[in-house]
Amino acid sequence: MRSKHYLPVLAMISGSLLFIAACSSLLPTRWSDDELATLKNLWIRSLPLLPADPSNQYADNVDAAVFGQKLFFDRRFSSNGEVACSTCHLPDQFFQDGKPLANGVGTTTRRTMTILGTAYSPWLFWDGRKDSQWAQALGPMESAVEHGGNRTLYAHLIAEFYADEYTTLFGPLPALSTLPPNAGPVADSEAMANWETMSPEEKEAVTRIYVNMGKSIAAYERRLNPGEARFDQYVEALLNNDPAANDILTPDEIAGLKLFIGEANCTNCHNGPLFTNNDFHNTGVPAVNDLPDDVGRSLGAQQVLSDEFNCLSVYSDAQPDQCAELNFLVMDEHQQERQYKPPSLRNVAGRGPFMHAGQFATLEDVLDHYNTAPQAPVGHSELQPLNLTEKQIAQIISFLKTLDGPIDADPKWLTAPR
Amino acid sequence: MTTTTPKSKTIRTFLWIVAILGGLAIVYAIVMGTMMSRMGDAPSDLDYSTTRESDNGVFRVSYMPSTGMIPINQMHEWTVHVENADGAPVEDATITVDGDMPQHGHGLPTGPRVTEHLGNGDYLVEGLKFQMGGWWLMDFTITANGQTDAVHFNMMLK
Repeated sequence: MRSKHYLPVLAMISGSLLFIAACSSLLPTRWSDDELATLKNLWIRSLPLLPADPSNQYADNVDAAVFGQKLFFDRRFSSNGEVACSTCHLPDQFFQDGKPLANGVGTTTRRTMTILGTAYSPWLFWDGRKDSQWAQALGPMESAVEHGGNRTLYAHLIAEFYADEYTTLFGPLPALSTLPPNAGPVADSEAMANWETMSPEEKEAVTRIYVNMGKSIAAYERRLNPGEARFDQYVEALLNNDPAANDILTPDEIAGLKLFIGEANCTNCHNGPLFTNNDFHNTGVPAVNDLPDDVGRSLGAQQVLSDEFNCLSVYSDAQPDQCAELNFLVMDEHQQERQYKPPSLRNVAGRGPFMHAGQFATLEDVLDHYNTAPQAPVGHSELQPLNLTEKQIAQIISFLKTLDGPIDADPKWLTAPR
Repeated sequence: MTTTTPKSKTIRTFLWIVAILGGLAIVYAIVMGTMMSRMGDAPSDLDYSTTRESDNGVFRVSYMPSTGMIPINQMHEWTVHVENADGAPVEDATITVDGDMPQHGHGLPTGPRVTEHLGNGDYLVEGLKFQMGGWWLMDFTITANGQTDAVHFNMMLK
């Protein structure tokens, strides 16, 4: 008898709640003011103007960029005549190579990073062992497994093929004819021995050529930046209160975005318009069995401080007080163990495999790692388990695909020059 | 006496189903709501004052970021003002700076330090950068007039 009275009431309340729940899932996602502020921070148009590089006086020189582009694509600048910067930084693959480990004249121990947007990064490479685009560009050229070349080899090539362009930009070339064909501070013992026979003045003159090559390549690379993605169109529509916003992203993509800036904690590291804080983090990424021990930033911080080409070096064009990042560099060997730089997530979906040695083949693998937060092989992982559902993980991946966009650069920079 | 027709029985069954589903929806909402609110929360009783006493009451310290609001991912500087317990400016102090995110187990991305004594108890701290939003704890250890004491500032950055 009594149940007859309260059952319809209970059913009515529950039914109303179900109705509200159903309706709310159909309504467009609402963003709080805080969330909108976060979205605006991630928006490509929040990207500031290209920061000056005081360490490179040629950074904004178009002629240097044209020269740098030629060097970037020129395979002669390698020990076997087959490797250029563009061998691993392919323009049609967002200036990376899609391989777990890079292949130059040999195989490296890390994955190729994209060049796009690196003008905004205070630190280069996964471990930040370089502090400018030009200093970065010079690393692979002397690596035994990348270009495999050396400073006098490159100086002779400049004199042979680019003397006019070089001279116009940087002044006369030094006398090179008496210098060994292969000499430089490199792993190759013959080139190293030859380098030791050269006078300090000869070494300095050859290194100046080498540095100017790097500064020219950087002047080119500065012009390569990520463009507007579907995500950015969505944020713009939101900020303009344009109802079309919900036609730009699907409900799953929007749900993924909400997780990305909320529950999944992604914006702790992937923040700002390039989706990276350019800092270093240990996220417990597994070590690769066949590779040598890799301590990440722990070593990178020491290397950048003693780097021959850093912002405070004689080859830098900066005043010492313009080298703030280096002046306030953190050195903490223990805390920095296996910390790596979070890469930009723009165009991430087409840029597998992922992590610093391509440990994960798919975005599903990556999200599974963040969701379960395993212990770090060495050091301390910053991750906490997220306990996301499979559906939520799929939504985050859907969102990540909305970060696909074009390269923001004049098309003339995106192919090998004639 | 009531009779139960097949039709009213169907209605009752339907109402029960709606009631049970609604109940489940409420339980789900409560559980999810609790989970969402728990994630990433800093302790609720943190003191976010920009002026605080040092641990043993030796100094009274305040800070002022050069940028007004503290930016994320941007190198900036602070002016730190140090007074003694009587409110007199403390000159010629030695100050070390540290900071960390208690919930994340990592510190600052830079190594900030005092670069200039500006006078009147003011000190310029350069090289400050915070790489993410959330709860930060900044620690200043101050030595002056033969006494050392530490002061801590909580910050919730967005």
